[in-house]
Amino acid sequence: MNTRDAVVSLRNVTKSFGAGGVTALQSIDLDVAPGEFISLIGPSGCGKSTLLRIVGNLVEPTSGEVVVNGKSARQARLDRDYGIVFQDAVLYDWRTVAKNISLPLELAGWDGARRKARVQEMLELVELHGFGEHHPWQLSGGMQQRVSIARALSFSPALLLMDEPFGALDEMTRERLNAELLRIWERSGSTIVFVTHSISEATFLSTRVVVMSPRPGRIAALVDIDLPQPRNADTREEPRFFELVTEVRDRLREGGLDEESTAPGEGELIVAEETP
Amino acid sequence: MNRVHRFVGEWLPALVVLVAGIALWEGVVRGFDIQNFLLPAPSDIVGTLWTDRGQLWSAAFFTFREALGGFVVGCSLGFVAAIVLARWRVLQTAFMPYAIAAGAIPIIAFAPITNNWFGVTGMTSKIVIVAVLCFFPVMVNTTRGLTSVPASAIELMRSYAATEVTIFRRVRLPNSLPFLFSGLKVATVLAMIGAIVGDYFGGAPGALGVEIRRWVGIFAFDQAWAGIVLASVLGILFYGSVALVERLTMGWHPSIRGGRPE
Repeated sequence: MNTRDAVVSLRNVTKSFGAGGVTALQSIDLDVAPGEFISLIGPSGCGKSTLLRIVGNLVEPTSGEVVVNGKSARQARLDRDYGIVFQDAVLYDWRTVAKNISLPLELAGWDGARRKARVQEMLELVELHGFGEHHPWQLSGGMQQRVSIARALSFSPALLLMDEPFGALDEMTRERLNAELLRIWERSGSTIVFVTHSISEATFLSTRVVVMSPRPGRIAALVDIDLPQPRNADTREEPRFFELVTEVRDRLREGGLDEESTAPGEGELIVAEETP
Repeated sequence: MNRVHRFVGEWLPALVVLVAGIALWEGVVRGFDIQNFLLPAPSDIVGTLWTDRGQLWSAAFFTFREALGGFVVGCSLGFVAAIVLARWRVLQTAFMPYAIAAGAIPIIAFAPITNNWFGVTGMTSKIVIVAVLCFFPVMVNTTRGLTSVPASAIELMRSYAATEVTIFRRVRLPNSLPFLFSGLKVATVLAMIGAIVGDYFGGAPGALGVEIRRWVGIFAFDQAWAGIVLASVLGILFYGSVALVERLTMGWHPSIRGGRPE
């Protein structure tokens, strides 16, 4: 793939914390093509959340080149080229659901009427029509995360970064939101980089899975997911789905650690930052 | 109908305790024939509140102005200091330990000193001691509110290319409101204490604290108690009005809307 066509292009990206400290990421090379749904999977400490933040210019790499939408990661952030969704929905309690969704639009200087129309559109997209005037804490965890996704997509960014967005949800809700995310991805045509520690989630959602290994964090393998689109509940029961799940699991094992040691919900970045 | 029912259910027990407490007080004083200088009956205090209302109200109003003046000055400075401390972390590490320690020392003990510095009979010395009392809880609470923002809430704003000023206005400030108001509520109580105790160490003739001391000196215990009751009522009203402003400005907050539904 030509680097200029890629939505995200990483060349020899390395990140270490502190002077001579822990190497969180080592020599990461990766290109993400437009319209791809790419998952970063790996055990805690493999730096997958840090890598996502480097793409979003929320963390500076120690060395290497990061190109997003054909420009520097910093310029891409300043141009609001991506939307981001965290594990925690990060909704502001003092704003209603509608006002939370319209926050990026306000910051981008959209006028009131245009914002209102877009918020309605977004509420329908994530099937929360009629909840606009609710406050975030009146919604369930799954609904909050849908608001968070609506907010990230409200300004139609070319790229969507997601950091374990469904990690705190129960299995049922997670599978429903997985299906919903695929529907949204198809409709919006955006590129998604998705961090997860769930093998089946990564396999179900992605066009490509990036298997990472820890200490130092590096890419251990790339697995193409050739399951047909559109995917639905039946996809999870196809033999090919199980083959691919097994392949991702095998690659994780070869990388050093298997899924049992991937503790859910651990903030790798925060731990790493506190290391002096 | 349901609302009335709930209202009665919530407030009736407290009201019963109040009425029973006053009745018990009245009964004990009359039944055991307790001397007026030890404890006057509630009916005598209420009577004095009415007959001496002119003098009592003007004294209370004078002292309330001291409290309010100090409250406004102290809370404003506390708020500004919090913004400065929240902005420069090094200042926070340098000053926060002392600000927190100040909460544990009896600042009111400095009242005679401020009287000495700013004049016994003027309002200034009381306003100063009240301001110092109010400064610390507001500063400490607001600093916490401005800085206790989840890292992801800041990262989200940065992903929208928001400037520090925007992050402050849109995230830090609203996040600090519950903290600010709990500081302000503590400050209302401290303001009334500071003003009255400041008066006790000497103040303008006609200030409530000065008058209470004078009444005790001339065995006018009905008046002294009436003054104390009036000070208490003003203190409650002061606290209540800040709590009301809190409710009006933070209608969105779960604690005010009746908690998170689970």
